[in-house]
Amino acid sequence: MIQTESIIKVIGEKMILKNITLNIVQGEATAIIGPNGAGKSTWLKIAAGLIKPTEGQVSLEGKQLKRDHYQRQQKIGYLGHQSFLYDHLTPAENLRFFANLYRVKDADKKISDLLEKVGLTFFKNEPVRSFSRGMIQRLAIARAILHEPEILLLDEPHTGLDQEASQILNEVILRSKANGVTIIMVTHDFPQVVKTCERVITFKNGRVCDDVRIKGNSTSWLRERYERQVMAQ
Amino acid sequence: MSTMLIFSALVIVVFSFAFDPSNQAVSALIPGMIWIITVFAAILGLNRSFTAEQRNDHIHGFIVAPIDPSSVFLGKFIANFIFVLAVQLAAIPLLFLLFDFRVITIESIFYLAAIILLGTFGFVTTGTFLAAMSANSKSSEMLLPILLFPLATPVLIAAVQATRIVLLDLEKLSSAYSWMQLMAVYDLIFFAAGIILFEYILEV
Repeated sequence: MIQTESIIKVIGEKMILKNITLNIVQGEATAIIGPNGAGKSTWLKIAAGLIKPTEGQVSLEGKQLKRDHYQRQQKIGYLGHQSFLYDHLTPAENLRFFANLYRVKDADKKISDLLEKVGLTFFKNEPVRSFSRGMIQRLAIARAILHEPEILLLDEPHTGLDQEASQILNEVILRSKANGVTIIMVTHDFPQVVKTCERVITFKNGRVCDDVRIKGNSTSWLRERYERQVMAQ
Repeated sequence: MSTMLIFSALVIVVFSFAFDPSNQAVSALIPGMIWIITVFAAILGLNRSFTAEQRNDHIHGFIVAPIDPSSVFLGKFIANFIFVLAVQLAAIPLLFLLFDFRVITIESIFYLAAIILLGTFGFVTTGTFLAAMSANSKSSEMLLPILLFPLATPVLIAAVQATRIVLLDLEKLSSAYSWMQLMAVYDLIFFAAGIILFEYILEV
């Protein structure tokens, strides 16, 4: 379980997050949606340990962020706007580098399996600089799940992906969810939310304005609900 | 690395044409030249050591990984230190060769090596720390020398003075020891500060 309690984040003179308290249950797939500048990505970065909140605390399985820090990071897989990949290295070399960082056992086999899962086996010896945006995103997904995290934090993961790559990503998300992985996904892509998530949290102006379970509802239901919440003054 | 080597070779060649190597007074410039080459070549490398990590936010990849932030500092420091030492290893013999500098003894070579290690260690420690600090700035290449100048001045003064003594005036070796002690203390303080404070530099 991941909890953020009374999170406030101030950057410069602007308050980005205004007292956000959220509990995400283990094994739950949650989408964070909201207009640009609502604070979604900032909240996700705080949950990932990438930035520190001005006030409030993040807990993982009841333990605060500051304590047991490295064990906590080992449990998190983070996919941000940037891939964190080295352009001059091949996919296999990039994954091996991150496997070393995360002390992944039996890394070569896992790398080979992951490259196959994301459809990059054929390109495993090509440098990443020759890859398209979609291929880089696929490799970044492989990088994020390489160490088999218990919590997967995804920041707009479907951006720039074609149909095939979106399908691969959704399979990865659904397979991870079936294995009990907690998934938190910041996104603007409502159809993908309906396909992969069971809970939707809407951010607006640094606050949570809606928290709902999808329960088999359609994309249009989600869109209508979102517009009602976000457009309301 | 290749840019650093080419830059060092250029400086040496320019100096060898600017000053007459057959003039004995010119040998007094050699200690200063060694550290001019070191400083400028090191700044070239230091500037790139963190800006190279900016392209795909690799540093953020390190922050979310289960590793101690100080290990990133240590890795960058070791890489920069080795690169600068390699440049010195090529540049200093070339400098001596082009300036026909022969008064050197085995004893002074030993002391020179110790001074170069101590001085470079201190300069690269401070430089690595400040390079990480300035990497997020749009004008990082300009910012690094500005930040580095006041902080690196003590170790550079000590390095130049100690180098001058061991190359030109070995009788005043006790003074060289004092400068070396100053460098050792500087190295210790700034290395410890780098290890401890690096985590806060990475903070967004």
